[in-house]
Amino acid sequence: MSILVNENTKLLIQGLGRDGSFQASKTLEYGTNVVAAVHPGREGTKFENKVPYFSSVEKAVQKTAANTGVIFVPAPFAMDAIIEQVDAGIDLIVCITEGVPVLDMIKIMSYIENKPVRLIGSNCPGLLTPSTKTKVGIIPGNIVKPGNIGVVSRSGTLTYEAIAQLVQNGFGQSTCVGIGGDPVHGTTFTDVLQMFESDDETEAIVLIGEIGGTREQLAAKYIKNHVTKPVVSYIAGQTAPPGKRMGHAGAIITGKAALASEKNKALTNAGVHVVESPSDIGLRMKEVMR
Amino acid sequence: MVECACLENKYACKGIAGSNPVPSAIVKIIKVRTLNIHEYQAKELFEKYNINTPTGYVIDSAQEVESIINKLNGKAVIKAQVHAGGRGKVGGVKLVNSSDEGKTIAKNLLGSNLVTHQTNKSGVPIEKLLIAETLDIKKELYISILIDGDLAAPVFIASTEGGMDIEEVAETQPEKIFRVKCDPLIGLTPYLARDLSYKLNIPENSIKQSTNLFINLYKLFIENDCSLVEINPLIITNNEEIIALDAKINIEDDSLFRHKDLEKFYDPNQLDPLEERAISANLAYVKLDGGEVGCMVNGAGLAMATMDITKKAGANPANFLDIGGSADQNGIEEAFKIITDDSEVKIILVNLFAGIARSDVVAKGIINAAKETKSNLPIVVTMRGTNADEGLELLQNSNLNITTATDLFEAAKILTKILPNLGD
Repeated sequence: MSILVNENTKLLIQGLGRDGSFQASKTLEYGTNVVAAVHPGREGTKFENKVPYFSSVEKAVQKTAANTGVIFVPAPFAMDAIIEQVDAGIDLIVCITEGVPVLDMIKIMSYIENKPVRLIGSNCPGLLTPSTKTKVGIIPGNIVKPGNIGVVSRSGTLTYEAIAQLVQNGFGQSTCVGIGGDPVHGTTFTDVLQMFESDDETEAIVLIGEIGGTREQLAAKYIKNHVTKPVVSYIAGQTAPPGKRMGHAGAIITGKAALASEKNKALTNAGVHVVESPSDIGLRMKEVMR
Repeated sequence: MVECACLENKYACKGIAGSNPVPSAIVKIIKVRTLNIHEYQAKELFEKYNINTPTGYVIDSAQEVESIINKLNGKAVIKAQVHAGGRGKVGGVKLVNSSDEGKTIAKNLLGSNLVTHQTNKSGVPIEKLLIAETLDIKKELYISILIDGDLAAPVFIASTEGGMDIEEVAETQPEKIFRVKCDPLIGLTPYLARDLSYKLNIPENSIKQSTNLFINLYKLFIENDCSLVEINPLIITNNEEIIALDAKINIEDDSLFRHKDLEKFYDPNQLDPLEERAISANLAYVKLDGGEVGCMVNGAGLAMATMDITKKAGANPANFLDIGGSADQNGIEEAFKIITDDSEVKIILVNLFAGIARSDVVAKGIINAAKETKSNLPIVVTMRGTNADEGLELLQNSNLNITTATDLFEAAKILTKILPNLGD
């Protein structure tokens, strides 16, 4: 198996403007099962003569039984797109869009609470399962390889870096998940760790964090109590200057916990293999899996 | 982590002291474009939302100081209008007892630069002053609203210890800080606002006032898509009036598309000139003092990782720079020029892992900018992903002082080798 996306994924792509179309093309090229494209005004035509367009998510779901949706619509309309997918009964929603206002995100989080739906993002690269060629988002298909390492990350391009190092050291991936870099995001490290822990195909995990927030500490706590598989982690931003502040209030709830050193400490205490240099992710995995 | 001293309500706060919205320290890095607004502008917004502020006047020359201070009965507080906290500690806020004294201070402040712990070493220019009445203070409180990322909700932070460095209060007297989580779909209900007033020991006669103030403040926060509103101190006067003695508002940049009216608050003069140029070119850039390695990267996480690896190689990053996924050739050229216009930069490290971005476009941008600026700074390049081979070929044939590395690991090794030979 793998997590979240696999051979049963029927993908719907919403928002096929310049970036969305480019990514939709790449997704088809990679071999993912794309069943519907949603873009108002194009119903009756097909994307690249292959994927039928629909003017609403509800219609697309009725006709194609799409169960996973990826969103490329511009930030001002992202909240509407997410809510539309929730209301249409999509199980897994992946919002790639960058720059969604945080006040929209907190409303979305309230709206989906207690509904049978999972949101990944916004502002994330999405996810990819190499073994089934299922790409939901913008992670380049040509850098991954099927295998047994689960990757979860807050970053985009740094995730690609980690994947490249894994491949270089002979490791493929079960699933790669980018959860997004914004302060409010749908799926957390802890959610993904839980899935990797119970996934037979995943033998070890790479966790890429960043300074800010306390989600890495929550992940460390979860790993300590529930994760038996080895975890290699790297936290970006050790050298970011703490002096530059947005305002005092931020620091109150933030406290020291937002620092890379504090996150590394928590992860080390949880038995995680912490690397301090981003160039050591693949090498450390090799040592751990020896 | 310790449980926070919040209202004892099962739902109103699920908070943990030490849990957070993104981290002040790095919001600056990841989201460079938070719109800071000046205190006098925040005061205008407060007044629009019926939040009492002291009588005050904004000036940009010392001419009117005398008449203003006379109008305020000869006593006033003069506050430098800059986008940086900590101004009180470095002479940016002065109490004056006569119009003569006021005039001297205003003359000294206007046109000078203020350096605080939040600015870089050159400081920020003082172009305007706020001259405000002084008030009899019975009690000073602290109040702010921000988004707690982990709770995915707006949170009030309040303390009975106003007028002090609130980070210090959080550190030394955490029990004196209260947090109230507001439901994003419901908002701040009056009962929570009343509870907050009681927690702050606001006298019975003023409870109605404070409750309304909290509700209005919440309304201001939501309607203007703020990332922070902060009043420190919020005072209770001898007449039991509640007044915002200070006003700090940050607007979330991502929401500016729906707040065209707030764009007028943008003040480019308060930014480092290189940072200002980066904003105009849609690049996320932060200048770091004392670094010699100019970094050009796509993606915020990879940019921070590149800074980390620079440090591990025994050097110091001169900047954080995320060119993003959709920068065109002009954007890349400007990014390169911003790096080379930083006189501290001695070597450039380019780390590109192109997903949306295209390596050949980045390469062309670098080559054009280097030729135009006649820069012969050594450049170490790692390029992978979309069109990487084309990009590397362009660079290698460009006659620039370029060393290519296959990955981050090799780039670090090359840096370590080149740096000691660069001298000063």
